[in-house]
Amino acid sequence: MSGILVYALHDGEGNFNKNSLGAISEAAKLAGELGGEAAAVVVGKVGDDVGGELGRYGAAKVFRAADVEEGLAQPIVDVMAKLIGEHGYSYALFGGGLLGFEIGAGLTARLAGGVTMEVTEVQAREGKLVALRPVLGDSAIADVAYVGEPGIIIGRLNAFDISESGSGEAEVVDVDVELSEWSTKAKMVTRGEARGEDINIEDADILVGGGRGLGEKDNFKLAEELAEAMGGAVAATRAVVDAGWYPYAAQIGQTGKTVAPKLYLAAGISGAIQHKVGMQNSENILAINKDPNAPIFEFCDLGVVGDLHKIVPKLTEAIRAKKSG
Amino acid sequence: MKICCLVKEVPDAAVTKRIDPETKRLDRSGEKNLNPFDTHGIEAAMQIREGGEVEVDEIVAVTMGPSSAVRALHKAVALGADRSVHLSDDALEGSDVCATGLALAKLLSSESPDLVLLGQQSDDGECYTIGAVVADHLKMPSLTQVIKIDVASDALTCERQAEYGYDTVEVQMPAVISVGDAINEPRYPSLKAIMGAKKKALDTKAIGDVGLEADQVGEAGSKTQVLGMNPPPAKQGGEVIEDEDTTETVEKIIAWLDERKLIR
Ligand SMILES: Cc1cc2nc3c(=O)[nH]c(=O)nc-3n(C[C@H](O)[C@H](O)[C@H](O)COP(=O)(O)OP(=O)(O)OC[C@H]3O[C@@H](n4cnc5c(N)ncnc54)[C@H](O)[C@@H]3O)c2cc1C
Ligand SMILES: Nc1ncnc2c1ncn2[C@@H]1O[C@H](COP(=O)(O)O)[C@@H](O)[C@H]1O
Repeated sequence: MSGILVYALHDGEGNFNKNSLGAISEAAKLAGELGGEAAAVVVGKVGDDVGGELGRYGAAKVFRAADVEEGLAQPIVDVMAKLIGEHGYSYALFGGGLLGFEIGAGLTARLAGGVTMEVTEVQAREGKLVALRPVLGDSAIADVAYVGEPGIIIGRLNAFDISESGSGEAEVVDVDVELSEWSTKAKMVTRGEARGEDINIEDADILVGGGRGLGEKDNFKLAEELAEAMGGAVAATRAVVDAGWYPYAAQIGQTGKTVAPKLYLAAGISGAIQHKVGMQNSENILAINKDPNAPIFEFCDLGVVGDLHKIVPKLTEAIRAKKSG
Repeated sequence: MKICCLVKEVPDAAVTKRIDPETKRLDRSGEKNLNPFDTHGIEAAMQIREGGEVEVDEIVAVTMGPSSAVRALHKAVALGADRSVHLSDDALEGSDVCATGLALAKLLSSESPDLVLLGQQSDDGECYTIGAVVADHLKMPSLTQVIKIDVASDALTCERQAEYGYDTVEVQMPAVISVGDAINEPRYPSLKAIMGAKKKALDTKAIGDVGLEADQVGEAGSKTQVLGMNPPPAKQGGEVIEDEDTTETVEKIIAWLDERKLIR
């Protein structure tokens, strides 16, 4: 049976990650083409209604390991390895996210399965799946096939569209898994701490994104003043959020938010893949960066090669003048 | 305590990376360097040693790669490692994540480390996965993308950003930790350290030395196969302007914004 097993990540409060729902939808579609079924794995405390919820996206079964804690990869590797072993799933699929990378990697080791990551598209060819993976800073796309089973596919953020194509409620199957000794040696102390204030960037039409190129925490005021002049909000990269320069709630990208404003003005942002995936659907992208080779210049609409410390204050001035004039 | 730092030799950031159309592998000619993400792993090891919470007996730089990879090991030693180990064998060529992870795990086993540190990603492979693959083979707990490590005698308290915000996780040693680039600011090696690096012990091993068979690694041990390489969907490149006269640059930006009705 060419089944596909999908890990469905949730926040512990009953909300499934959008990328996991996309992965279930994608798996259901692909399983249909291969002539198998898609099943989801959930860990932690989730109610029986999960069958209806994930069934909507096309999961035929939901395996629930209620005793396994959500948020750490290795216990989930134990769960998925057992299910793949017992039910013969041919593929494991993950939506974009950090945990998917870790679980997928663990399965690769445990089951000697091939793995591809940052996958943007999956195709069924002659009864097998082929993963399309951009490489070398997205300058080429590799078509990758799997030798043997299982094949492990880790999607790029937002690569798989959510579609409520399911025809009914998924059967919920409780599973008991004995954890590996080493899987119990990491313990979550606190999960999902949102550092910094809660700010809303998702509703803004205009976002000024600030990156490490701002140089220091205080210089975020340059981005704030520009955003204020334009009637927008300020967003940030992980680099500056990790450094404590700006709140997590403003972070865009793989482990942050996904946005699509009318204008995304990136100031001092290199345009790493993990940032790009969260903002590439913005209607207009304007980048200011002093390095002409910065990856962001390959996907922006207007690129300005120069020092943001010179350009941004003058731009703010000019916009203010224009608005009051 | 013994810390092993995984390091990799990668094409220099300034070199345009390309795929060899024949072999469908990365063209590895041209300038190479120590993977910049790995310098954070070595720095983290140095800070654990200097922090004094635990006694660090040894920091060992570990790599798998062609003979030229010794230069990455020399750099790692210049940055603070005490000695290095190099797994080098023709049979390793063409290894995918599955095969590379197994080979590195076998190599690390032969060192019995209490802690394995590695970078968040290789600059060329960008797989983000080697740490978790190695950990499962070694039967050790692991965490990736860690940006803060506090060490106690037999456990680490680690912080990292995951999908819902920051997680704090306690990990018992021996463990495998991949560090994010926000964890520290790697130091510059002293001239003396650079000069002395080539004199530090460097152990070269072949696959047989770490209990690997030829069919477990390289293309034979790989579980993925690259069928082909294609250019990405054509996207019209944006307009790029160089800032020579900032007043003029700003005028151009304003005109561009105006045209798109973005100033209201
Ligand atoms: C699993 C994983 C998840 C991740 N999740 C995210 C995520 O959710 N969001 C995210 O953003 N990143 C994420 N990252 C990190 C990502 O890979 C990059 O490291 C990060 O986006 C870089 O941020 P940056 O552009 O601010 O910094 P840098 O990459 O350091 O870029 C700074 C840029 O500023 C420019 N600059 C410097 N000075 C000036 C100046 N005076 N004027 C103009 N330009 C200047 C430089 O040329 C450079 O291009 C993730 C990484 C991993 C591995
Ligand atoms: N051939 C290798 N030799 C030693 N370390 C490696 C090798 N490949 C990857 N690594 C380590 O694994 C990390 C993550 O790499 P990757 O999973 O390829 O993105 C790198 O930062 C290195 O520390």
